[in-house]
Amino acid sequence: MSTATQTRNSVDEFAAQFEQLEKNETFARSWFHPVRKAALARFVESGFPTLKDEEWRFTNIKSVTSTDWAAAADDAKSIGKDSLAAYCIGEVAATLVFVDGRFSAELSSTNKLSNGVKVARLADAMESDAKKLEPYLGQVLAEKDNAFALLNTALVQDGVYIFVPKNAALAKPIHVVYASTCNDRPTASHPRTLIVAEENAQANIVESFVGIDSGSSLTNSVTEIVTGAGANIFHHKIVQESAEAYHFGTIGAWLDRDSRCTSTNVCFDGKLTRNNVEAYLKGEGGCCTFNGLSMLRDEQLVDNHLRIEHIAPHCESWQYFKGIYDGASHGVFAGRIYVHDDAQKTDAKQTNQSLLLSDKAQIDSKPQLEIFADDVKCTHGATIGQIDEEAVFYLRARGLSDTAARNLLVHAFANETLNEITVEPLHERLEAIVLERLP
Amino acid sequence: MALLEIRNLHAQVEGNKILRGIDLTVNAGEVHSIMGPNGSGKSTLAQVLAGKDSYEITEGEVLYNGKDLLDMEPDERAREGVFLAFQYPVEIPGVSTNYFLKAAVNAKRKHNGQEELDAVDFLELVKEKAALVELDSKLLNRAVNEDFSGGEKKRNEIFQMSVLDPTLAILDETDSGLDIDALKTVAHGVNSLRGPKRGMIVVTHYQRLLDYIVPDFVHVLLDGRIAKSGGKELALELEAKGYAWVHESPETAAAAS
Ligand SMILES: Nc1ncnc2c1ncn2[C@@H]1O[C@H](COP(=O)(O)OP(=O)(O)O)[C@@H](O)[C@H]1O
Ligand SMILES: [Mg+2]
Repeated sequence: MSTATQTRNSVDEFAAQFEQLEKNETFARSWFHPVRKAALARFVESGFPTLKDEEWRFTNIKSVTSTDWAAAADDAKSIGKDSLAAYCIGEVAATLVFVDGRFSAELSSTNKLSNGVKVARLADAMESDAKKLEPYLGQVLAEKDNAFALLNTALVQDGVYIFVPKNAALAKPIHVVYASTCNDRPTASHPRTLIVAEENAQANIVESFVGIDSGSSLTNSVTEIVTGAGANIFHHKIVQESAEAYHFGTIGAWLDRDSRCTSTNVCFDGKLTRNNVEAYLKGEGGCCTFNGLSMLRDEQLVDNHLRIEHIAPHCESWQYFKGIYDGASHGVFAGRIYVHDDAQKTDAKQTNQSLLLSDKAQIDSKPQLEIFADDVKCTHGATIGQIDEEAVFYLRARGLSDTAARNLLVHAFANETLNEITVEPLHERLEAIVLERLP
Repeated sequence: MALLEIRNLHAQVEGNKILRGIDLTVNAGEVHSIMGPNGSGKSTLAQVLAGKDSYEITEGEVLYNGKDLLDMEPDERAREGVFLAFQYPVEIPGVSTNYFLKAAVNAKRKHNGQEELDAVDFLELVKEKAALVELDSKLLNRAVNEDFSGGEKKRNEIFQMSVLDPTLAILDETDSGLDIDALKTVAHGVNSLRGPKRGMIVVTHYQRLLDYIVPDFVHVLLDGRIAKSGGKELALELEAKGYAWVHESPETAAAAS
């Protein structure tokens, strides 16, 4: 079958890139090498998913898996500060910029960090902080069946390591920018962010995935978040890739006792985006929240797949995903809540609301509850609809024009998610994009 | 020229005839009350006047200040001074009353060739009008009508009415679900808007509201027609005798024939 052969080819291409990397001694002798090797073996064995896989049946990635993706050049391409000006998020503790997965010292800056907080390049930290990274890097995800995360583990070159020690709090956010550019050959990058927050630590992190110029690119990212007891982490992921870009991103979170992790994902641009989330509530009293907003047009596709595992009792998990679909865009939502038999008093909620602005837009929504404890509260709800005509009439009866009324309602729909963003300049910037896209 | 002139108005939904020939004239300065049992078509009349497009107008015409009202878009009617206080105000998640009301006020001002209000002037106006109906101004920064009590929703309607300062105000069962204190407050808000330039149509099911908003005329709507009209004493008579009495009275027979 031609699909199978093509898939094989791109798998082989990535395997060849791995072999190439292995020729480098630092790579081959690193403590992380066995982890990579095991991940690669699993990736090669299972290959890329196809529409036949249950978790991929709404998202066709043939155009991704049939492309020979080149590795980025060793040094970061120079893209100039101006091209990132539009993605600014106001005052930050640090900005780390990667171009096609390669660190750009020129565009990055870190203010003096106090209280033992560390923000470093992952490539450096893997050597200097090996003992601290070892328990987490590549461990947070149960990535057995996640081909893209496996591939990232095998091929990751760089990224960010954020460490917030016990009781430390960062007042300002950390901004991580993963930029993709147009290259002679379609280029793939596999950046990775590891966030480790110790007991009662607090931090706010923004990951921006941006396309600098049009051209085919593949960003295959992994973000691992570890929240120690009582820690509180805010995480934001903004996807503004270029029109021809493919984005595959996996977020994995481990939550210890009484910790919180709130992650808000906003997708505007990119040809195809798949967000995987895996969260593991491992200690009593943990609470994770995942918010999502997609505002799409043309033939864009955003696929949000979540798996929330309630392992310990008395934990809460919230999933609020919204989409605004214009043109022939396509939204996919699959949220799985998995409650282990010990996880009594689980409180879990999942909602997926879609606003269809065009007849050609399409949405597939699939809630899944797997509950093995008996004393739990799990709810899910999905609404798919057009703009509420009763509300339009109410606003028009007050004097707003039809267009103004409709735009106001779409804006309000988007704002319910944007209001969860805890970095005000980022909130304002994203709200401006929403307003600009209204008819 | 009358402020509002409804002539032989017929309206239906999917072949189901709801309004069957309404005639009503409202002059500036007058308050008309429309009473009638549930299902008689009161809300339909109110919604048709506001421009709801789910009703099909099969016959008749409506002139507002001499202009063809039925030919105007709902928002145009609003900007021309028509206001409907909804029987069931809609909840709008994510939109605060203040936010959309500022847009509404300025749409109207622009339409009238007036300068738009800035944030400071608008807030001043809002504060004054919220106090008039004793509406907690915190509510105004919350999503419109979401998690509002029944009374708060109705006060919010009257509040919006006083901010928008309409020429023709239509109140659809603004009294339902209000306790007596809330009713008095709402009535006070409405009465403060009475004036020589304004016309009002107060739709109600119960006579109670009319103790506080005393109408100039009372009309009884039965099966989509005005079956009886009179002065304010008609409301009391209805209260005493019930709607069945209108059915039986000779005048009704004449009107229906
Ligand atoms: N949108 C609609 N679709 C179908 N039937 C309607 C609609 N609106 C009103 N009706 C019907 O018209 C009649 C009058 O309703 P309404 O105007 O709400 O009465 P009232 O306000 O006097 O109680 C009722 O029988 C009602 O069921
Ligand atoms: Mg009614």
